[in-house]
Amino acid sequence: MNVVRFMLQNRTQVLELTSEHLWLVGLSTALAVLIGVPLGILISRRANLNKPVLASANIIQTIPSLALFGFLLPVPWLGARSERLAILALTLYALLPIIRNTFTGIRGVDPAVVEAGRGMGLTESQLLFQVQLPLAVSVILSGIRVAIVISVGLATIAAAIGAGGLGEFIFRGLAMVDNRVILAGAIPAAILALLADLGVGWLEGRLRPR
Amino acid sequence: MLGGMPDEPTTPVIEFRDVCFRVESTPVLSRVSLQVNRGETLVLLGRSGSGKTTTLKLVNRLVTPSSGEVRVNGISNAQVDVIHLRRGIGYVLQEAGLFPHFTVERNIGIVPHIEGWSAGRIRTRVQELLQLVGLSGEFASRYPHQLSGGQRQRVGVARALAADPEILLMDEPFGALDPLTRDELQREFLSLQQRLHKTVIFVTHDLREALRLGSRIALMEAGKLVTVLAPQEFLKSSDPWASAYVRAFGDGLETAANRGTS
Repeated sequence: MNVVRFMLQNRTQVLELTSEHLWLVGLSTALAVLIGVPLGILISRRANLNKPVLASANIIQTIPSLALFGFLLPVPWLGARSERLAILALTLYALLPIIRNTFTGIRGVDPAVVEAGRGMGLTESQLLFQVQLPLAVSVILSGIRVAIVISVGLATIAAAIGAGGLGEFIFRGLAMVDNRVILAGAIPAAILALLADLGVGWLEGRLRPR
Repeated sequence: MLGGMPDEPTTPVIEFRDVCFRVESTPVLSRVSLQVNRGETLVLLGRSGSGKTTTLKLVNRLVTPSSGEVRVNGISNAQVDVIHLRRGIGYVLQEAGLFPHFTVERNIGIVPHIEGWSAGRIRTRVQELLQLVGLSGEFASRYPHQLSGGQRQRVGVARALAADPEILLMDEPFGALDPLTRDELQREFLSLQQRLHKTVIFVTHDLREALRLGSRIALMEAGKLVTVLAPQEFLKSSDPWASAYVRAFGDGLETAANRGTS
């Protein structure tokens, strides 16, 4: 119960760091969706692009996060503000599940349905927006869900470069060898991840085509 | 409505002129020439891989010929706007190819919708079409997964007829149905066709179905058009492929052919 007491005593800071954390995750996920979904759509239509794009996203995923933060530090505009850097890194990590699920979701639409639409004279954009995307939406959302959950965890590392978020508590606790402080960061982060997972899961259920 | 040609009885609605289609260098269709006349049901008969579906897709340009040309109402397909072409041609597939996330009403109304009809006009048209294919109006609000195979196929036919196209392309529409439902739908197709007089190309591998529904039967084998015959001629034909087909299907074919022409 020590942890709870500690969190209550420091509730302003817990809330502040939680909202910073949400900001990091929220903005980076939004950017990743804005980039990843169109990219996923693009590579589902251009067969020659899917390998290089997915491979690049895969490679980014394999860079250890601490190293990526470090690599980006000397970049001029980015390095000036550590949140910018953290948001960019988180965006890059979120790309893979989003691109891959958009691609698989669209590719997974029954080809007979697509062919029927094309044969009836739907234009490519009508096909995309009225048939392919609505039918792929739950697969795309489950990619976004994975991206958010990964992001909530990774964003704790952003504190290492001074970008704030719940990682502050974790790093401080590690330095102080005080489990209460570590948990004051870890518990809200876990709750955020769970809530995001439930929220997107609910949305997924609502939008699933019949 | 397709093309601007005056109604000359001599102009076939669909015409294949020496059409070849290759994938990479493998020939899928070689030198197909064929005419389909107004109001007739031309059946493309052949086994899997004989090129009948490819031939069908040449008409709405889902496939473009490697050489030769396909003409619809006297105008080469290569010269027309493909979206406009397709909206004037009804297309029915096996398993219907219905949009699973749309209600029956939206499925049937899709072409009118993208053509900009008013909501009221679409609703009236959908009700009219449901009745035409033998479904009650309540089906409008259902989803495809709530329908039986036969009902889905009826909706598929209604959808193809929605914008009143002159031409219908049907790709094994009844292939996946149980024999009773298939029989029922074949019968309804015939009575529908007596009223509507669409120009139909119908793909099947079932000789019995071909004899029953076709005005003429175009037999395909290995990417070539073997012969085009009326149902009665087909039964008597000395062509080796045609007689092989007749032998494979055995007895009782005469009645099928007679029912079709009656």
